Amino acid sequence: MSAVDTGRSRTALIYNPRIRGFVYQALLCAAIAFLAWGAISNAIDNLARAKIASGFGFWHNTAGFDISQTLIEYSTTSTYGRAFWVGLLNTLLVAGLGIVLATVLGFIIGIARLSTNWLVARLAGVYVELIRNLPLLLQLLFWYNAVLKVLPEVRDSFLVPGGGLLNNRGLFLPQPVFHERFLAVAAALAVAIVLAVAYRVFAKRRQMRTGQPAPVLIVAAAMVIGLPLAALIVTGFPVDFTYPERGRFNVRGGIEVLPEFMALLFGLVIYTAAFIAEVVRAGIQAVAKGQAEAAYSLGLRPGPTLRLVVMPQAMRVIVPPLTSQYLNLTKNSSLAVAIGYPDLVQIFTGTVLNQTGQAIEVVVITMAVYLTISLVTSLLMNLYNRRVSLAER
Amino acid sequence: MKRVFVRLALAAVLGATASVASAQTLNTIKQRGSLNCGANGTLAGFGLPDSQGRWTGLDVDFCKALAAAIFNDPNKVKFVPLTAKDRFTALQSGEVDVLARNTTWTSSRDTSLGLNFTAVNYYDGQGFMVRKSLKVNSALELNDAAICVQQGTTTELNLADYFRANKMKLKTVTFATADEALKAYDASRCDAYTTDASGLAGERLRLANTNDHIILPEIISKEPLGPVVRHGDDQWFDIVKWTHYAMVTAEEFGVTRSNVDDQAKSDNPEIKRLLGTEGKHGEALGLPNDWAARIVKHVGNYGEAFERNVGQGSALKIGRGINALWNKGGLQYAPPIR
Repeated sequence: MSAVDTGRSRTALIYNPRIRGFVYQALLCAAIAFLAWGAISNAIDNLARAKIASGFGFWHNTAGFDISQTLIEYSTTSTYGRAFWVGLLNTLLVAGLGIVLATVLGFIIGIARLSTNWLVARLAGVYVELIRNLPLLLQLLFWYNAVLKVLPEVRDSFLVPGGGLLNNRGLFLPQPVFHERFLAVAAALAVAIVLAVAYRVFAKRRQMRTGQPAPVLIVAAAMVIGLPLAALIVTGFPVDFTYPERGRFNVRGGIEVLPEFMALLFGLVIYTAAFIAEVVRAGIQAVAKGQAEAAYSLGLRPGPTLRLVVMPQAMRVIVPPLTSQYLNLTKNSSLAVAIGYPDLVQIFTGTVLNQTGQAIEVVVITMAVYLTISLVTSLLMNLYNRRVSLAER
Repeated sequence: MKRVFVRLALAAVLGATASVASAQTLNTIKQRGSLNCGANGTLAGFGLPDSQGRWTGLDVDFCKALAAAIFNDPNKVKFVPLTAKDRFTALQSGEVDVLARNTTWTSSRDTSLGLNFTAVNYYDGQGFMVRKSLKVNSALELNDAAICVQQGTTTELNLADYFRANKMKLKTVTFATADEALKAYDASRCDAYTTDASGLAGERLRLANTNDHIILPEIISKEPLGPVVRHGDDQWFDIVKWTHYAMVTAEEFGVTRSNVDDQAKSDNPEIKRLLGTEGKHGEALGLPNDWAARIVKHVGNYGEAFERNVGQGSALKIGRGINALWNKGGLQYAPPIR
């Protein structure tokens, strides 16, 4: 009896699908770990034998090269580590601004494509088909050369209203210098934002209770603009501007926006907006026609119908592919290298890699950075997606 | 870049022989039947394919000389055009056997990249090119100027050093390739363009209106350019080094492409050792004894290669200057073959 029992349990152990699955997975993990260990130790070994420097000691060495756009303090005596942060911030700047602008433009084009106005819909269609069917690199080179060709030389600069200069060295804007009293203005702005949010909550509750809509947008705008403006007048405009001036070769002073930056931002926004427009169009068309018709029959006008009935439902379909477009934009920003914008790839896997010769370390760091940026973007978008998708019934 | 990196990673990971050269380079080249030469594909005078795809230039001729010494055929070379920033990775990973791409010899490149510089086939220095209309006569007047430069070069560093040393402000605009940097300069993005003086002479000819641009007199750095090989294969290192010395020696003793066959009958012992009619200096390198005779027959001596590519026989018209032989006031000096 007992012999039969053990026999059965042994058989059961071998044929138990859960245990078998576990054993296979453990074996696979062990094999992968072994291969990874072998690859890493082999690489270290070979680098040492070929007398190629390895390790991360270069991080604290002096970089010695200049960078055209630095958001944090950087000079030629700074370290490679500092150059890395400069590059990373430049990448984040262009990617962050690009995502915001591409979203706005993409939504406008996407909605325009579904417009009942024949001309508007066709123009949006032509835009989408033209832009998304041309390689991005070509578009970037086109915009860069266009920017350089169209803009005048320094001595013939366009004057931007308000004291700015625009030429082929970039856009130069007056730089504000804030006095201490400006704190009052900043405080007024903060108060205005809090008030505006509070008003929106109040208006929404009242509408739920009484059905009375309130002009939230106008009131909020009036507060956010009016209060700081009043504070500015009361404190007597506590802000000065340093204006850009033409030097012998270049423009001095002011806030400098590089033509490389303009071209890259322009190219990325226009390219990605075409894809976002398609995502938005698909999302809107995924909402059953009856929804809009029901809203119309309740007496809602087309604007509120789109805003209150169609878009909230369309967002469920729009957000996941929109996330992919954000990730694409961030990764595509590495094409900056072709037009001389100092992003992470240009500075770090370009100059730093070449000067230190440590290809493996530098490329691994860069890949880790892009992976991190992408995962964080995904995470945020997934959180947002969870919020909008709860609306499903 | 990506491709080169993947190859390096693969080579490092799989322990391929490519990255760990061990006296095998010559055999590998012989088995393959051709030499892989890392070259500059866009620099007139040093490495540039013409409209028929024929490569020309001083560095190109150096690789042809190597092929002539090994195969007795200067055309058994596969030229791999490399950008400044990818060149070392390509050599480290074994994609090319030798890097002859106007590369500056510096201590850190020689010691920490796993590479060895062999000899100097062109003594250069960094200069500036500006528009005539700027009325600039000296590099010291370039305070606050925007300067276009190629990435991954000593140029980038010298530029920053020079401006720092002279307490001048600088606006660098950096591009991945010399082509892009030059194009941006031509489009007035920068006031000046900087690279090695020999490069400036060639690049100037490629601009829309050559005569609107001048090269400033200052030379702000030492740029000894020469062929590079991987660490660890001393035989190959010797072959590459002595290929250059053979060309210099041939010039010194007046052995030229046209008279090399007659000179083989010469009684001068120096010439006899060079051309392999006396001694076994080729065999010691792992080459036939007439290796140097092959080089001169197919490519010519150093002076001939110089004049043809960058000197009076070329569009660049650069004088010999410090690249003259040591006994004519220059720096080109070959240790004796004996």
